[in-house]
Amino acid sequence: MIDALTRYEFLQNAVAAVLLGAAACGIVGSLLFVNRLSSLAGGISHTVFGGLGFSLLARVHPLIGAASASLIASLALGWMSARKRERADAAVAAVWSVGMSLGLVFVSLAPGYKGDLMGYLFGSVLAITREDLALTALVSLASAVFLAFQYRRILAVSFDPEFSRARGISSGLLFGAFLCLTGLTVVVLMRSVGLVMVIALLSIPPATARMLTHRLPGMVVLSSVISALSGLAGIAVSWWLDLPAGASIVLCAGALFALVTASVRLLRSTAPVG
Amino acid sequence: MRSAVSLRGVSFGYQPGRYVLRDVDFEVETGGYTAVIGPNGGGKSTLLKIMLGLLEPWTGTVEVLGLPPARARHRIGYVPQASGAVLDFPVSALDVVMMGLPGGRSTKRARSAALSTMERLGIAGLSGMHAGSLSGGQRQRAFIARALVGSPEILLLDEPAASVDPEGQESFYELMAELNRTVTIVMVTHDVGAVSNHVKTIACLSTVMVSHGESLETEAVARAYGCSVDLVSHGTPHRVLGKHEGRGGND
Repeated sequence: MIDALTRYEFLQNAVAAVLLGAAACGIVGSLLFVNRLSSLAGGISHTVFGGLGFSLLARVHPLIGAASASLIASLALGWMSARKRERADAAVAAVWSVGMSLGLVFVSLAPGYKGDLMGYLFGSVLAITREDLALTALVSLASAVFLAFQYRRILAVSFDPEFSRARGISSGLLFGAFLCLTGLTVVVLMRSVGLVMVIALLSIPPATARMLTHRLPGMVVLSSVISALSGLAGIAVSWWLDLPAGASIVLCAGALFALVTASVRLLRSTAPVG
Repeated sequence: MRSAVSLRGVSFGYQPGRYVLRDVDFEVETGGYTAVIGPNGGGKSTLLKIMLGLLEPWTGTVEVLGLPPARARHRIGYVPQASGAVLDFPVSALDVVMMGLPGGRSTKRARSAALSTMERLGIAGLSGMHAGSLSGGQRQRAFIARALVGSPEILLLDEPAASVDPEGQESFYELMAELNRTVTIVMVTHDVGAVSNHVKTIACLSTVMVSHGESLETEAVARAYGCSVDLVSHGTPHRVLGKHEGRGGND
């Protein structure tokens, strides 16, 4: 595979995509996880399908349709769950299904060739372009800057909302910015694993990392590393066994999760008590 | 002396027509140490939230340090009920304390400010521990450190003794007495028995302000609770209220 990697640009792009996207994945995924909002990524990604359908119908670039739909979905979800975080659950379910249905309607209305819809739904990491890579790097950088400069505020709002309100921290602005980042991360990950499986890359690596650390910075770093490893392993598996790359990446992340769960359980059960 | 907290004619409710607070006057002077007691649903926590500017009263005026509450926020230290926090959240005790500082970055200065506050409260050794694995008493000290790290002039505490065992409570009240040398303290509690021996003034709130002074008007309080004060201060062997002689205790 090393030989193939030096020879084929599409393979180099695929590897670069999973490495560049790992930071966004680790940061956004961890923040979703600790706020128990992982399903939010699923809601946004299915709305992005609506945006893709619309771009087919209106004949605009799919990335523009996808990015606008993800931002609209993020802000709509933020608005619907702003007053009560517990409401997010129902809002996600509504946005998820309405977005998907809109996509199906738009696609059926669009005339002629339907483009590479399967690629968006199930990923096409081997067809990633230079522009995709640039966007991926940008979203990862934005996530890192957001976390570095708002770290204590993010912790305060997530850990103890009432205390942060009393401190006058504007959680609405922070939540809105975070939702937009989530939306853009979904668009970036859509290219590698597909809309249907984006939620996996934003929930499995942080869940794996959480078992290994009890601090957020450690969790962010570990889940970034785990998503990069899953991406690389997934590409390798799909290359050798001629399997779909997106599904292989998600399955590798799942296997890593199972491995870490089993090891942690085993260690705990054999550790001396007291 | 200047009032640290001043509420005049404050009424509030969560549903139209249903008062949680009715025409409440409440004054705490600078350097004061006041406990607000009262039955469940009597409006104690609501009163705190109004002082914090989290709730806007229907009628009446609220001043904290001579300012509207929302503008005095950075000078108030708030210790909410421990149950409000997400305990399996991946943060260390130091992270929790740093949440009390303004700004967003985890700078060296923020860390050292948090650490020195933790030292003052005797929990510096726990700074690296997962907040969720602290004991009730340790967690409470971490939450107090979070409130103190921004050098507030007033400390507001909501049911601080609820998550602490009896031995921990004694050292908690010692800590409060020491803090009170520099900070005004208002504490909401249902634990009438334990608190009355330590504070300077005690207020009983049951939608209306039943009494507020250096001692409890036990008969008024008994009416507010709908039972005798003996039953209110049920905590044998911690019964510290006199039967009907007003101030002090017979502990």
